[in-house]
Amino acid sequence: MNKVVASSISKKFVMALAGLFLLIFLPVHLGINFMLLKSDPEPFNSAAHFMATFPLVKVVEIMLILAILIHIVIGVIVQIQNWFSRPVGYRSGNRSKTSFFSKFMIWTGGTIFIFLIIHFTNFYFIKLGFIEGDPENFYSVAHQLFAIPGYNIFYWICFIGLGFHLYHAFTSAFQTVGLNHRIWTPVVNFVALFYAILIPAGFASIPLIIWLF
Amino acid sequence: MNITLEIWRQKNKETKGQFVTYKLEGVSSEMTFLEMLDYLNEKLVKEGGDPVAFDSDCREGICGMCGLYINGRPNGPKEGVTTCQLSMSVFNDGDTITVEPWRSKAFPVIKDLVVDRTSFDKLIEAGGYISVNTGAAPEANSILVKKENADRAFEAGICIGCGSCVAACKNASAMLFVSAKISQFALLPQGKVEAKERVRALVQTMDEFGFGNCSNTGACEAECPKEIKLVNIARLNREYYKAY
Amino acid sequence: MVKLDSKIPDGPLAEKWKKHLASLKLVNPANKKKLEIIVVGAGAAGASAAATMAELGYNVKVFVFQDSSRRAHSIASQGGINATKNYKNDADSDFRLFYDMIKGGDFRAREANVYRAAEVSNQIIDQYVAQGVPFAREYSGYLANRSFGGVQVSRTFYAQGQTGQQCTLAAYQALSRQIKAGKAKMFARRDMLDLVVIDGQARGIITRNLITGEIERHSAHAVVLATGGFGTVYYLSTLAVNSNGSAALAAYKKGALMANPSMAQIHPTSIPVLNDYQAKLTLMSESLRNDGRVWVPKEKGDKRHPNEIKEEERDYYLERKYPAFGNLVPRDVASRAAKERCDEGYGVGETGLAVNLDFKDAIQSQGKDAIKAKYGTLFDLYEKVTGINPYEEPMRIYPASHYTMGGLWVDYNLMTTIPGLYAIGEANFSDHGANRLGASSLMQCSGDGYFILPATIGDYLADQIKVPKIPTDTPEFDEAEKAVKDKLNRLMSVNGTQTPTSFHKRLGNILWTYSGMSRNEEGLKKALKEIKELKEEFWKDVKVAGELNELNHELEKAARIADFFDLANLIVIDALNRKESCGAHFREEYQTDEGEPQRDDKNYSYVAAWEYTGENSDPILHKEELKFEFVTPVQRSYK
Repeated sequence: MNKVVASSISKKFVMALAGLFLLIFLPVHLGINFMLLKSDPEPFNSAAHFMATFPLVKVVEIMLILAILIHIVIGVIVQIQNWFSRPVGYRSGNRSKTSFFSKFMIWTGGTIFIFLIIHFTNFYFIKLGFIEGDPENFYSVAHQLFAIPGYNIFYWICFIGLGFHLYHAFTSAFQTVGLNHRIWTPVVNFVALFYAILIPAGFASIPLIIWLF
Repeated sequence: MNITLEIWRQKNKETKGQFVTYKLEGVSSEMTFLEMLDYLNEKLVKEGGDPVAFDSDCREGICGMCGLYINGRPNGPKEGVTTCQLSMSVFNDGDTITVEPWRSKAFPVIKDLVVDRTSFDKLIEAGGYISVNTGAAPEANSILVKKENADRAFEAGICIGCGSCVAACKNASAMLFVSAKISQFALLPQGKVEAKERVRALVQTMDEFGFGNCSNTGACEAECPKEIKLVNIARLNREYYKAY
Repeated sequence: MVKLDSKIPDGPLAEKWKKHLASLKLVNPANKKKLEIIVVGAGAAGASAAATMAELGYNVKVFVFQDSSRRAHSIASQGGINATKNYKNDADSDFRLFYDMIKGGDFRAREANVYRAAEVSNQIIDQYVAQGVPFAREYSGYLANRSFGGVQVSRTFYAQGQTGQQCTLAAYQALSRQIKAGKAKMFARRDMLDLVVIDGQARGIITRNLITGEIERHSAHAVVLATGGFGTVYYLSTLAVNSNGSAALAAYKKGALMANPSMAQIHPTSIPVLNDYQAKLTLMSESLRNDGRVWVPKEKGDKRHPNEIKEEERDYYLERKYPAFGNLVPRDVASRAAKERCDEGYGVGETGLAVNLDFKDAIQSQGKDAIKAKYGTLFDLYEKVTGINPYEEPMRIYPASHYTMGGLWVDYNLMTTIPGLYAIGEANFSDHGANRLGASSLMQCSGDGYFILPATIGDYLADQIKVPKIPTDTPEFDEAEKAVKDKLNRLMSVNGTQTPTSFHKRLGNILWTYSGMSRNEEGLKKALKEIKELKEEFWKDVKVAGELNELNHELEKAARIADFFDLANLIVIDALNRKESCGAHFREEYQTDEGEPQRDDKNYSYVAAWEYTGENSDPILHKEELKFEFVTPVQRSYK
C-alpha cells in the first residue's frame, strides 16, 4: 500500500486534487476582495467576520489549509525527485517546443508561497490570534497596505506569478486526474486561459483602482 | 559545408567526460546526421584518433537504437524523426552543433554518446505483455476489436523505445513510454484481463528506476519521433486509478 | 563425410507435419528444467522461439548484439504477414499458399517444409492477436486483409506499414515475460564469435561483451541460431547496418553446411542511392505495388519532371510485359525488369538508377484518404528520406539487397548438420527456394519460432536428459576462445591505413557488380579473384581504432567484415556452380528468348550445401535432391 501512496502518479493525483480545490476558493476570495472598493468598510469586514466565524466555513477553511500544505509538500518532494532524475544536465539546454509556463511551476509556486506567508502574517494569523491585531478591521489593514507603493509592486509581481502558475495548473490538473478528451480538453484549455488571466487580474486591479480613484 | 561539432566524449561509465570540439569540412547536405558522424569517424580513424561511439542499427527510424541530443533537442531540430532520419540539410554552413547523450539517472552513459536503456526493457518485463502461452490462443476473429480502438492501440503501439521522451522531459520522466504500452493494451479486449496488475507493476518499476514525475510539460510529445500523444498519459493515469 | 538426411516424414503432404509431431520424442517437464538452450539473435524467430521454449520449461539463454532484443531487424519488416485464413473467401488454402511459395521460389525449395510453413500460418495470426498485435481491422471489428506481391489472393494481415514492428514487439514482450519469470536470461550487447562443438555436438558459444570487450564462454545442451540474413555483405542493403553473417559463418566453419548462399533477394522497391556516404538503403514495402504503378519514360534519358510526362509518353513496363500480374509480379521479376530498363537508359532521377512508382491513378479512384489509411506511414517515411511528397508526384525506387533465401542447411527438424545446432528464420535456407514471396518472411520466422522449433528440439533434447550442465572449462572451449582472441588480436595489430568500412564498401561493390541481380561466369570468376585480393589487402592494411577491452564499434565492424570476405567467396562459388537461372539467381547465359530465367531441372533441381574444408581450400558441394511429389515444376510465368 505504501508503494501506491508514494507512487509518482498518486502523488500527482493528490496534488492535482488539492490544486483543483484551491482553484474553487480563489473566485470566492476575489469576490470578497472586491468589497474593498466600497468606501464603506462594513460589507468587507462583515464578510471577513462571516468567513472567520461561520461553522461550515470553518470546515472548508481546514480543508483549504490542508490543501495548501499538501500541494506545497508534494510539489516540493516531486520537484526534488525530478532534479535527482537527471544528475547531469544538458549543456545545450532544452529547446523543445513545449508548454512554456509548465517549466517554471516550482518558481511561480515559490513566489505564491512567499506571498502567502506575508499575506497570512497580515491577515490570517491575526484572525487565528497568532499575531496581535484587530481581526475585525481587515478593511483598513488592506487599505493601509495598498497605500505602500513597494507593497503594490510586490503584490502585482506575485499575481503575475499566480497567473503563470494557474494557466498550466488548470489544464495540467485535468490531464493528471486522467481527463483528456478530443472535444473537451480544448475547451478546458480555453477556460484555463480565461481563468488564469481574469482571477489574477481581478486581484491586481483592486489596488490599482483604489490608487486611481 | 563546414561545421563545428561539440561532442560529449566519455571513455566509460566510471570516468568523467567532457566536450571535445571537431571542425568538419566537406559535409554534404544530402548526408543524414549519422552518416555525417560516420564521415567524422572515418576521418578520425585515418588521422589516428579515437572515433566517437554512438548507437545505431536499422537507420530507417524503426529499431529505436539511435538517439542523440542535438542542439538542445532530442533528434535535432526536426519533428517526427529519429536521429538516423535527420538530414544534414537542416543545418547551414558554419553552424556549431552540440551533440550530447540522453541524460537521465535511468540511462547511464556507457561511452561517449552510448547510453544504457536496460530500464526500458525492465519496464516491459514488469508487465508490458499479455500473458498468453504459445498455443493457447483462440481463433483470431473470435476476438472482435472496434476499428477505432485497434487504430488507437496501433498509434500507441508504434513506440520504438528510443528514449527520446525521457531525454526531452525536463524531469526525465518515462510516462510517455509507459503510457504507450499501457494504452495499447487498455484499448484492446485481449489486454483488459491483466490491466490492473500491468499498470501497477509498470508504474512501480518506473518509480524504482528513478525516472522523474510527469509535469505535463509536453516535451515528450513534441519530441517523440513516432508522435505518440499526451492523451496516452491521461489514459495511463486513469488506468492507474482504476487499478486501486 | 557429411551425409545429408532431410528427415522428411513419409505420407501425404498435408499429413506430414501432424504425423511428425505425433512421432517426435518428448521431454517430460521435470527434465526440461535441467536442460539449457542458447538462442543467438532475438528477432521474430529468436524471441518467439526463446519465449516458447521457456514457457515449455527449458532454461533459455538469449544473446543479442543490440542493447535490447526489441531492436532486431525483424522490426523493420513493413508490409505484412501471410496466413491462409481465407477470411476473404477467395478460395485460399494451405495448398494454395504452399504452391505460391514453391512457385515463387522457382521450385528450389523443399515441398514438405514449405507446406508446413503454410500450415502453421493460421496459428501464428491467432497467437499474435492474442498477444495484442493491433492488426488492421474492418469497421465490423474483424481482421482486414490485403494482397501482396506475387499472389492473386488477399491473405496478408498487416498493421499499416509496421507489421514487422508489431509482431516483433509481441515476441519481444513474450520473451520479456519469461525473463521476468526467470526462465529466460538476456545477454544483450554480446557478439557471438564462435561456436563450441564437443564430441560432434553443439555445446556452446564464445561471445564478446561489447561493452567491456571481455571474451565469455556460454554452454548449453543445444544452440539455436536465429541470426537473420547476411544481405549486408553487399554493403548497401535494406538491412540494419550491424546485421551480419558472422554467427552463421562460425557455424559453417565448425562443420554446418551452408545452403544456396548465392540466393540473395534484391528487393525491387527501395529508395535509390542518394549519395556516396550512404550507409544503408531504406525499403519501401512492396505492398505499395498494390496501388502504385511502375513506369519509366518511353524516351531514353527523358529528364523532365515526372508530372510533366504525359500518359502516352509513359512506359508502364511491368503491366506491358506481364499483363496477368502487372505491378504485382514477384520481387525477382520486378527487380530485374527495373534493372533492365535502367541499363537501357530509361532510368529516372539524377543517377538514372531509379524508376517511378506512381499513385496518381490510385488517389484519383480511391481518394487520398483511402491511400493514406493504407500507406500513410510509408509515404511519410519516403518524404522524410527524400523530401518528395508521394501524394503529389511519383516515388522513385530502385532494387536493393534485401533478403538471403540461402543460409545454414537444416533438416525437417530445423537442425543443421551439427547435432544440437539449429538454425531458424532467415538464418536457415529452408522455405523460400530461389526467391521469397512478400509477407512470408515474418510468417516463416514466427512459424519456426513459435511452433516448429519448440516441438522439434525436444526430439534431440530427449536424448540429452542424462547430460549434466555442460562445463565451460573443456579443451574445446579453450580452443575456441583462443581462436577468437587470436583473430581479434590480429585485427588490432595490422594497424594499416584503411578503415574497415572502406573495405566493406569495396567488397559490396564487387558483389553487387558481379553477383547481384544478374551474373555471368566471366564476372563471377573475376569476383572470386577480386575478393581474394581484397581480403589479402584487408589483412595487410586495415586500421582498427580503439582498444580490445572497451566498447569498440570499429573492432566489431572489422571482425564482421573479415567474415564477409569468406561469405562473399562462398556466395560467388555457389553462383558459379549453378549453371541455370532460377528466382533471384539470374545467370545471363541461361535465359529464354524473352529474357526470362531458364531453369535446368534436370541438372540443378537440388539444394547446394557447402562444406567448409579450410581457409585455403575450396568447399565441398553436397547435393540434396529436391523431389517434387505433389507439384510439377513448371516454367514460372507471370504473363
